[in-house]
Amino acid sequence: MGRAKLPRKSTTIDMTAMCDVAFLLLSFFILTTKFKPAEAIAVTTPSSVASKVAPTKDFVLITITKDGKVFLTMDDEQKKETIANALNTTRNLGIDVAAFKKAGFFGAPLAGMKSFLAIPEENRKGDQLPGIPVMDSTNNELVTWMQLINESYAGAKMDLLLKGDNVAKYPSFKGVINALKKNDILKFQMITNPENAPMGSDLWKQSMNGVKQEN
Amino acid sequence: MAELDTSGGGHKKKGPGVKKGKKLSTRVDLTPMVDLGFLLITFFIFTTTMSQPTAMKLFLPDDKVNPEDQNKAKESGVLTILMGADNHIYYYEGQLKSDGSNFLSASYNGENSIRDVIMKKKADVRSRATDPNNPEKDLVIVIKPAKECTYKNVIDILDEMAINVVKKYALVDISDGESQLVSISDKSAQAQP
Repeated sequence: MGRAKLPRKSTTIDMTAMCDVAFLLLSFFILTTKFKPAEAIAVTTPSSVASKVAPTKDFVLITITKDGKVFLTMDDEQKKETIANALNTTRNLGIDVAAFKKAGFFGAPLAGMKSFLAIPEENRKGDQLPGIPVMDSTNNELVTWMQLINESYAGAKMDLLLKGDNVAKYPSFKGVINALKKNDILKFQMITNPENAPMGSDLWKQSMNGVKQEN
Repeated sequence: MAELDTSGGGHKKKGPGVKKGKKLSTRVDLTPMVDLGFLLITFFIFTTTMSQPTAMKLFLPDDKVNPEDQNKAKESGVLTILMGADNHIYYYEGQLKSDGSNFLSASYNGENSIRDVIMKKKADVRSRATDPNNPEKDLVIVIKPAKECTYKNVIDILDEMAINVVKKYALVDISDGESQLVSISDKSAQAQP
């Protein structure tokens, strides 16, 4: 007696479609990812529980390197031009405005600005440049910079960011704060790496209770 | 999951005498490729979102506006934190006694951490609160970084304020006396590790 034969069904699924989707997504992510450009100023930022993402438009970034040197980065070329012109007229520095506009960051005393701009962009390395002097309270040039930036932005939205290295000493941070205070800039943001609130702390309890973080 | 060509058996006979040419399957098993694809996707997603830097807000007090508003903090609610070299941290409650007996040392993490000190102070202030609606009104933390401390130390302490939800804190310049006390303590801590 022969048994009724059940038709054997194949358990394999056609993977082609899934493979297509996977690689489509992969290529999408690869193409949309912006790789971090090699930074001329190497900075390792500390971490904090702040969860707000740092703005990437209309910012003015003050960088403090591990040797305590201060650099300034701006993304708006129009504003940079205004500042260059203002520097040329008030201080008679003879800055090349076009080079100033193209410069990724500034890190030289005002008097040495011209020679700083003469260095080709790719050769400007944070560890070889003098930085903007801030330590000396009588000659804190960041005050001048911030004043010009304030004037050029005049009411427009501007995010002031501060990015410091882990091992930078406090006096240079204080020099920056003093320069900001002198220009009545009392609000700024500090760039950090994200970190979770430690278990058991008050902030952790708040987030467990669904209270939204303010900062 | 290797796929075998099982279709050979199901073919209709082409009639007697007609020889069947052996057909090789052109199908490739794509499962490992899909695995790889998704692995890469996961990798890219994680690496991109993780490297997004965050920004921590800091509001500086205005020095020029109403100076009489300052120093209004109740002595019992004040905790002063001083940061020295090599990740040393010190604190005192209220006012610093002339003999320095309430000048204590703490650490950033681990045992006797500054977080415990802040939490203890907070509980202490809350227990003595008179206003039930705002029990932490009197709590003020004064942060005094010495010359030798690093940017990371300052951020860590400011972060500690966020972690412990301290509403009132101030970044203040260190006085000469305190600065000396910190450097002496730093040296003595180095002498006896």
